[in-house]
Amino acid sequence: MRVLICILAFLFVPGRLSAQHEYPATDVENGGRLFQGTCAACHGPDGDGVAGVDLGRGQFRRAANATDEELVRIIRTGIPNTGMPPNNISEINAGNIVAYLRTIATETRSASAPGDAGRGKAIYEGKGACASCHRIKGAGSRIGPDLTEIGGQRRVAELEKSILDPAAQVLPSQRSVRVVTRDGVTTTGRLLNHDAFTVQMLDSKEQLRSFQKSSLREVTFIDNSPMPSYRDKLSAEELSDLVSYLVSLKVQVKP
Amino acid sequence: MTAYRLLLPAIPVIVITAVVSGQTPVTFDRILRAGQEPQNWLTYSGSVLSQRHTPLTQITPDNVKNLELQWVFQARSLEKYEATSIVADGVLYTVQAPDDVVALDAATGRVFWTFNYTPSSQARPCCGRVNRGVAILGDTLFMATIDARLIALDAKTGRPLWNIAVDGAKPESGYAFTVAPLVVKDKVIIGTAGGEYGIRGFIAAFDAKTGKEAWRFYTIPGKGEPGNETWAGDSWKTGGASVWVTGSYDPDSNLTYWGIGNPGPDWNGDNRGGDNLYSNSVVALDADTGKLKWHFQFSPHDEFDFDSTQVPVLADINWKGRPTKVMLWANRNGIFYVLDRTSGDFLLGKPFVEVNWTDKLDEKGRPNRVPGKVPTREGSLIAPGNQGGTNWYSPSFSPQTGLFYIPSWVNYTSNYVKQDAEYVEGRTFGGGAPRGTILPGVRSGQFLNYAKEDEGYGAVRAIDPKTGDMKWEFKMTDFTDAGILTTASNVLFSGGREGYFYALDARTGSLLWKATVGGRVVSGPMSYAVGGRQYVAVAAGSALFVYALRQ
Repeated sequence: MRVLICILAFLFVPGRLSAQHEYPATDVENGGRLFQGTCAACHGPDGDGVAGVDLGRGQFRRAANATDEELVRIIRTGIPNTGMPPNNISEINAGNIVAYLRTIATETRSASAPGDAGRGKAIYEGKGACASCHRIKGAGSRIGPDLTEIGGQRRVAELEKSILDPAAQVLPSQRSVRVVTRDGVTTTGRLLNHDAFTVQMLDSKEQLRSFQKSSLREVTFIDNSPMPSYRDKLSAEELSDLVSYLVSLKVQVKP
Repeated sequence: MTAYRLLLPAIPVIVITAVVSGQTPVTFDRILRAGQEPQNWLTYSGSVLSQRHTPLTQITPDNVKNLELQWVFQARSLEKYEATSIVADGVLYTVQAPDDVVALDAATGRVFWTFNYTPSSQARPCCGRVNRGVAILGDTLFMATIDARLIALDAKTGRPLWNIAVDGAKPESGYAFTVAPLVVKDKVIIGTAGGEYGIRGFIAAFDAKTGKEAWRFYTIPGKGEPGNETWAGDSWKTGGASVWVTGSYDPDSNLTYWGIGNPGPDWNGDNRGGDNLYSNSVVALDADTGKLKWHFQFSPHDEFDFDSTQVPVLADINWKGRPTKVMLWANRNGIFYVLDRTSGDFLLGKPFVEVNWTDKLDEKGRPNRVPGKVPTREGSLIAPGNQGGTNWYSPSFSPQTGLFYIPSWVNYTSNYVKQDAEYVEGRTFGGGAPRGTILPGVRSGQFLNYAKEDEGYGAVRAIDPKTGDMKWEFKMTDFTDAGILTTASNVLFSGGREGYFYALDARTGSLLWKATVGGRVVSGPMSYAVGGRQYVAVAAGSALFVYALRQ
């Protein structure tokens, strides 16, 4: 069992390299969520919404060559006499936002023209058959990531990449797991939680399942994505339309 | 793509596989027929009749001594754990105070998902940032929050489906929701707390799919409505009459029953002359429209904070030779009542603890007031005291024994001191200060207890509903906020402030088993089964403890 735990520990230190640091994938994911929820209203989903500032390319107006610690301080205290307000956010969460910004600075941004969200919706519901795995506002399947607020969580480039090359980046919260019981029954699903003795998943029949590892002969963490690539299935225009539709799915504001 | 494959050592072990019969949507039909699936606990009190009684019989008076702790869920919260968990098809849903929902594997306690909610800082519930649990319908959970919102969640993932502010219920004015919702057909019914803040109470039903309000019943009638004349002047506008404990439902009459809280200001009734309807009443509402069918007021013009927010327990018993649909009600005012639940007629009323504020009930159940027994500037000793003969703690009715079980506060008084009260929005509107006449001890939240029995004590009291006579009592040294669960195998589970969880013989009250849980039990135990194994869950301190028979 100890060997198993060591292997698991190794699996769960995935790193993302940037020029300066290595940031844990969970920090980057959390930072992305926080950025899209807190910062994107002014800075835009790609971080280039304020003139002269391009957070997604490491281009700051007043914080050139800033260290992570300095950026954390700016996020928390704001910049006086500018549109950048102080934010009631913990040091850890601010650090996660910095990890996210550092990470996207190393990635390519989308160069494609905006599409038609209405046509994109038709592709989502029709040709793409996206609802067979995904869910929007309570409609569709729970097997894949819920897309109700995806436009506020992922950038255009990330959405394009996920559609063309789904396995390239799987968020830690969207990992899949496969278990095989001692009597040979295989169950696959979305990993929800696990510990030294048990594993929990939402299986492919949308059942919440918990297994004792002692009753399993195999536990496999699936790095690949169960989603097929749409590279050969959608034209460039259709892809733009679909992405535009996904971008339109934003956080529901409390009434 | 590399798949990391972990080959587990093939050691032969006794396998406890999570037996999954499958999670299927919890239709209202399933909730109505909860007795046919005793492995589940689908609503706050176990069924719409609210008997807090399980048909499960694996745990018996003979084997209950073999109960063993199976798992513990430690809430990341120091608030009182007042939630009753629900269980649907092997998944347990509970609330971590104030308003986080957690889904766990009911057999092992491992977490499937959590939904974290930060209520508005304007929320000001009177008596703790607490929540009493969620309701389920289909694949959707419903939670009412202390900042007066109603939230629907996907039961499979914890994702919010809708989150609505309830019209007119401003948290900054003292409106707060602590109740576990009640689902009736396609609607979710809740009420508002805030009886200490001069609110105007209501019960409201919402469309389960959309959160759109379907009907509302104000617990204080507006100008021109029958009952408004029972409030002097404009006192009805700030009269309280809150709702903070889950109601019941009778499918035969399509009536939903709810207990209503105290009038405000609590301890000074000078400016609210009249009976103050429907404070301290039970109301029977048409579940489709919210229209009032009947009401019964236990304590007209209350000045003792005697909320009638108890769970309406519905039972079919033989009453004077006739099978009768009754409602059993041990009231905070110290009196046990039997009502005809179809007509609202008063059938019986008898004190179940010491009572000195009334000396008799008339033929309609209205109490005759004892002169001088009112709050005064100097102070007046009233029995029962301010926490009542019982309070919101769930009672239980066992069809097996025919007995009604009450978490009771016995033999104590409070000194009721009247003060002036001026309404200021969002501030407490009490008009007095009831003072305890009891020694500090475990009962006041401390560890040490010096109290003597003649200074008051907590007990489980078993009442014969046909006569109102007490059959037996189980005494504790300290008072109790714990609800009661009975089983079809005649086991009774409860707890108290002393930090024990225990089992009694429901027929005799004799102690069968006890466990130390190291904290106050401030909710009702419940029971369920997974893979043919019966579990009993109880919250104490900040944690949920789950027991089953040793295997």
